Amino acid sequence: MAMKFEKTGDGTYMLDVCGYVCPHPQIYCKKSIEKMAEGEVLNMVFDNPSSGETIKQMLDQAGHELVEEKKEGSKTIFVIKKG
Amino acid sequence: MEEKRNQIWAFIITGALILISVVYYRVNAYYMYLIAYIWFGFAYGMMLQYGRFCFASASRDLFAAGVPRMAVGILVALIFFSFIQAVLASTEMSTFHPAPFGIHTLIAGLIFGVGMVLAGGCASGSLYKIGEGNGTSFLAAFFGLCIGQAVFVDVKWFNFLIPQKWVDAAAVNIAARNIPAEKLTSSFDTYLAGYVWNQPTLQLSKTEAVQNALPGVSRYFVADMLVNAMIPAALLLIVIYAVWMRKGFMKKQAKAKGGAATGLGDDVAGVWSMITASKRTTMMGIVIGITAGLHILVMKGMQIRYGIGNFGELLTRMGHDADNGIKGTVFDPGYWYITSQEGQLGGWILQKLGWNMRDNIFFGVNNGLPDPWRNPALWMSFGIIFGAMVMARLNNEFKFKLPKGELIAWGLMGGILMGVGSRPALGCNIGAFFIRVAGGDPSGWLYGTGMVGGAFLGVKFFNWWTERKMAKEMEAF
Repeated sequence: MAMKFEKTGDGTYMLDVCGYVCPHPQIYCKKSIEKMAEGEVLNMVFDNPSSGETIKQMLDQAGHELVEEKKEGSKTIFVIKKG
Repeated sequence: MEEKRNQIWAFIITGALILISVVYYRVNAYYMYLIAYIWFGFAYGMMLQYGRFCFASASRDLFAAGVPRMAVGILVALIFFSFIQAVLASTEMSTFHPAPFGIHTLIAGLIFGVGMVLAGGCASGSLYKIGEGNGTSFLAAFFGLCIGQAVFVDVKWFNFLIPQKWVDAAAVNIAARNIPAEKLTSSFDTYLAGYVWNQPTLQLSKTEAVQNALPGVSRYFVADMLVNAMIPAALLLIVIYAVWMRKGFMKKQAKAKGGAATGLGDDVAGVWSMITASKRTTMMGIVIGITAGLHILVMKGMQIRYGIGNFGELLTRMGHDADNGIKGTVFDPGYWYITSQEGQLGGWILQKLGWNMRDNIFFGVNNGLPDPWRNPALWMSFGIIFGAMVMARLNNEFKFKLPKGELIAWGLMGGILMGVGSRPALGCNIGAFFIRVAGGDPSGWLYGTGMVGGAFLGVKFFNWWTERKMAKEMEAF
């Protein structure tokens, strides 16, 4: 099992942590954003519902923007813009 | 389509539990006692899942992500629960009992804290996550809390850690309690009888100083509720705000005010903003606190109704006295509790596989080894799993996730550490922390301090681990 953190384009990244449970999605999300520059966008895919609530608050506190939140079956996709 | 299927499953699970309850009642009205545990468990499960209410998350998310959501939720739950505990204690309707107080509580909390971070959930959190279909939590609960805990209380592997004075004290203590010497077999037995039983128990309202200083029932509200629970909880909320939230909040306030100076009013607004940041968690904190209090009231009411102090007495009346320990009791906490009943399930399984699990104090004397379908506290755990499953299904959040790769290792290691960490202090994040703090027993804070310390170590490890994996991923950039 592996997480995926890929650069998908100019200033866009993809983090796939499906299959992972707490606390991995939130830690990987935090670390991915740390690697990015301000204004860059992260598409994060995860399927651990408990992580979503924590990630939302983490983004709010750190001044990042949750641009979009989508559900695809049991998967959740967060589109995050680094602030 | 999936939504429809999830709804059908939610109805099937709820219907099955109703049917089980009816069958129990038809078999014998005494099973109402067990049915109450089922439905309180079910309610806890729904609330835990909806509020994403996990004690592991409380300290872990603070250290790992700077998010106080869950720590706030737990402290809010504690504040409400302590009020209801005080009301119940003042009306002699409480089933609460304090635990032996000592350094063992801190050490046990530390071990449990590391375990809950590795496993990805505390004892109650792991159960509700099983209800979400989380296989890692199942591994942690089954192999750690069930089997690991049962093995831990039955083996002699840790005798090398036991000083002679505990061995001597254990022999004296079991003789004084009329416990047959052949029941004193495991390392845990010697620790329990030779060390823990000699430690003092402390409930603030029952101390001489408080009894002299405070008249009547006010001691429950002042000592147990305010001094032991509400004031420390409020102080912790302020500390969490000051360390993790204040800087960011004040920056936002200053920006909103166009650079004007901020003051005390902004700090008050900041604490309120922190409390309401995750409404679903805070709301569930309030509801869980109240429900945990009602649970005590209902169990105490049933004990009065049936004229008993323990479900083992009802088992004896129904002809199932073989389920009990030699004192005629089974594990029956009378309130929200996790881990001991999972240990009983593990013990029952090992007994069926030929391991003698009754030759010790934990199962053979104190807690019994009932068949799982007659184990009231275990039904509460099943209730939590099914309640969470119903809530997850209704919100389309249920998904079977088989543990793979590293998660198998973390689940097993974390579960075993939680199983081991829940025994020396006679409880877990619920029984040793939440219930005790709200009941006026300061040892709950000692266990909580250990848990937070353990969580800090666990987060340090995961930070190192994930950084390593991220670096590998980024090689391709």
